Amino acid sequence: MEELREQPISLPRLGQAAPAFEAPTTHGVLKLEDFKGSWLILFSHPADFTPVCTTEFIAFAQIHPELQKRGVELLGLSVDSVSSHIAWARNVEEKTGTKIPFPIIADLSKEVSLAYGMIHPGQSKTETVRCVFIIDPNQIVRTILYYPLTTGRNMDEILRIVDALQTTDKNAVATPANWRPGDMVVVPPPSTQEMAEERLKQGYECVDWYLCKKKL
Amino acid sequence: MPCVGPDGKPTESGTRMLGAIKAGFGSADEIAKETGLPLFRVRSGVRDLAQAGLALQKGDRYELTEEGAKLAG
Repeated sequence: MEELREQPISLPRLGQAAPAFEAPTTHGVLKLEDFKGSWLILFSHPADFTPVCTTEFIAFAQIHPELQKRGVELLGLSVDSVSSHIAWARNVEEKTGTKIPFPIIADLSKEVSLAYGMIHPGQSKTETVRCVFIIDPNQIVRTILYYPLTTGRNMDEILRIVDALQTTDKNAVATPANWRPGDMVVVPPPSTQEMAEERLKQGYECVDWYLCKKKL
Repeated sequence: MPCVGPDGKPTESGTRMLGAIKAGFGSADEIAKETGLPLFRVRSGVRDLAQAGLALQKGDRYELTEEGAKLAG
């Protein structure tokens, strides 16, 4: 473990394989590869029994059914113990009626936190910041979000990103600013002059040759 | 082990997985569909069942050991 701590903190990169792990969770020992074939949202929180984290866990539990419809699993993480996670999840259910349906990694060794760059010493030397890693069914990192300790995450945006990634993968398109499911999508830019001229005849809604949108 | 208690007996989800394997659903995908458990839980759970000597992995499929068959009911 000391050896691990001495390594510079690395950050997974978009488009690269998510770092493998095997970790104790509230649902037993889980490996990253157990999630192969599903989308996975791995997210960290600073600590159990803290106010912002509690609001986030309730919010994650509330979007869990929507994520399930999209083939997405949730996996939480903090550097607290399994016993602490269990006690907190039970307390949340008892006080708010919200059952936490997803597993939570107990990363006491900080192995997963360090592998994913979840500890930012400028924020806290001991707690994980609010990270979100969206990992695709091939276990490639597709989105990374970091929020400071004082700012709770936006579940609508997380769902929107999942929808955008899945739409992009299915249709080979891109999504414009503030895109929502049902909105027009961006047609990838042409790579030749001939393609640029042809696309203007294809019935897309174009601002110019490099910015064309279409309905799906 | 979430699927096997400290007494070596399968938990409720472990018993469901043993039942699915006994009924001939041998792959993790099949066991997940049969039990309604998430695939990641099944992959982790069958690992536990194998470590506890209740199931055997053969390629990408699982079979029950004699002990596992007894506990599957």
